[in-house]
Amino acid sequence: MTWEIVIGLEVHSQLSTNTKIFSGASTAFGAEPNTQADAVSLALPGVLPVLNKGAVERAIKFGIATGAHIAPRSVFARKNYFYPDLPKGYQISQFDLPVVGNGQLVIQVPAQGKQPAYEKTVRITRAHLEEDAGKSLHEDFHGMTGIDLNRAGTPLLEIVSEPDMRSAAEAVAYAKALHTLVQWIGICDGNMQEGSFRCDVNVSVRKPGQPLGTRREIKNLNSFKFMQQAIDYEVQWQIDTIENGGTIQQATILFNPDTGETRAMRSKEDAHDYRYFPDPDLLPLEISEEWKQQIAATLPELPHTKQARYQEQGLSAYDASVLTSARALADFFEATLDEAPGQIKLCANWLIGEVSAQLNRDGLDIAQCPISAQQLGGLLKRIADNTVSNSGAKEVFRTMWTEGGDADALIEAKGLKQVSDTGAIEKIVDEILAANADKVAEYRSGKDKLFGFFVGQAMKASQGKANPAQLNEILKQKLAG
Amino acid sequence: MSLSTQDVEKVARLARLAMTGEEIETARAQLNGIFDLIAEMQAVDTSGVEPMSHSQDLSQRLREDRVTESDQRDAFQRIAPQVEAGLYLVPKVIE
Repeated sequence: MTWEIVIGLEVHSQLSTNTKIFSGASTAFGAEPNTQADAVSLALPGVLPVLNKGAVERAIKFGIATGAHIAPRSVFARKNYFYPDLPKGYQISQFDLPVVGNGQLVIQVPAQGKQPAYEKTVRITRAHLEEDAGKSLHEDFHGMTGIDLNRAGTPLLEIVSEPDMRSAAEAVAYAKALHTLVQWIGICDGNMQEGSFRCDVNVSVRKPGQPLGTRREIKNLNSFKFMQQAIDYEVQWQIDTIENGGTIQQATILFNPDTGETRAMRSKEDAHDYRYFPDPDLLPLEISEEWKQQIAATLPELPHTKQARYQEQGLSAYDASVLTSARALADFFEATLDEAPGQIKLCANWLIGEVSAQLNRDGLDIAQCPISAQQLGGLLKRIADNTVSNSGAKEVFRTMWTEGGDADALIEAKGLKQVSDTGAIEKIVDEILAANADKVAEYRSGKDKLFGFFVGQAMKASQGKANPAQLNEILKQKLAG
Repeated sequence: MSLSTQDVEKVARLARLAMTGEEIETARAQLNGIFDLIAEMQAVDTSGVEPMSHSQDLSQRLREDRVTESDQRDAFQRIAPQVEAGLYLVPKVIE
């Protein structure tokens, strides 16, 4: 009997506010150490936290975007532990009354081997507001640890899923969908290298139908590739341990990207005895229905809605999911489509094909694309109305990419305009047929393969400019006699 | 409910309080007195009463997301026991 893998995620998403969650100090990344550590971040005596409206707004946006319950009243609590990067001796977080509860996220799990791609809904248990800690630097200080409190007090939204995922692929698909969503609705910059989006993954295994197994928590994964590797390794380790007669102890573990292995952190005695209690420095947070409505009105169309709409308009599930993998890409796609109305498939093919390939080669993302959506749409419109052939359009595209310019001018300058004048094509065809009377006879006696020969000759005679569809049709008529 | 000496020792350790045996016994008696009060309160019928999370019946005031604090690192670090390269230095804490 095979093992079932059970995975739940806790994601710390840094909110893209200008200032900290409880003070007016800047949250800009990369400042000199401690230059953004104000009296509140340092927990100097007598300071009081004042909640940042921008952080609450972002939490509400997330709640709306995941169809969650947004608590009309939520409470901040103290999570008590001692560590030098947390000068107060407690982290202000939320415990039994979080701001967001009971949401969900629809994910697309890509095809793997024989298994086709599929859609799945992952439940979100809760999302709560809390403050980040500072950073500890353990090197180069003669046996001391250096503390930088710039990050202390940066607002975080901790997003907790139900243990709904059943494979590493599902966990990665969920993390990616969440990563797309928080950037899409503008609450987090999503920069994983800078730690703006950090994932903790809870993994356990069980026999299907049995109660949940004991979980181990892989902390602080900051890339999807490492997440996949860490889960794969951890699952195998747990299965091997159990099959060899061992048992799993609940533990917090770290993934080492260099070895590809996970290992348990030395567990500190009492590490999880946080003694939460409501923070007397903060009053309950109240969110009115009116405020929620105002924020809901500012939200853009969400990735999942957009994806469904694209599919209704004729795109495949795959194309629709690629185009909604980032808001900038979806925006570019729609602006292109505005220029080439009705050409949704053509626009999708070019964006996912030519444009993406060229961006990859040049190491650019869509926001840096040297061709605007208007330029691209202008070109695709000319493919659609048969002014230029697909291969001619590719030539125009290459020039546009490096030198700029608009489609009509480039088609003209390069002499790529197709001949779509029926009379002109008929004339060419007549000449070809007259010059190859023997081949015409062979064709008519059943040698169908010669059709390609006539197409080639006619194309050559038109210097490649004849509209291929028209040419085919005229040739067929004339050859039929 | 009655606290044991071990309970008090554990709470003291979590709060990083160094206490002598005598202090622990004093604290234990005091804490047990507090638990007696709690037991008395728990006898009151509170069904239908929303749990209180703050003594004032007000809601949290919110601050606009605008930078108001300037860099005062030099002033703050003047009272720190040890600093280097802008960092506060503390005894090594790596696991």
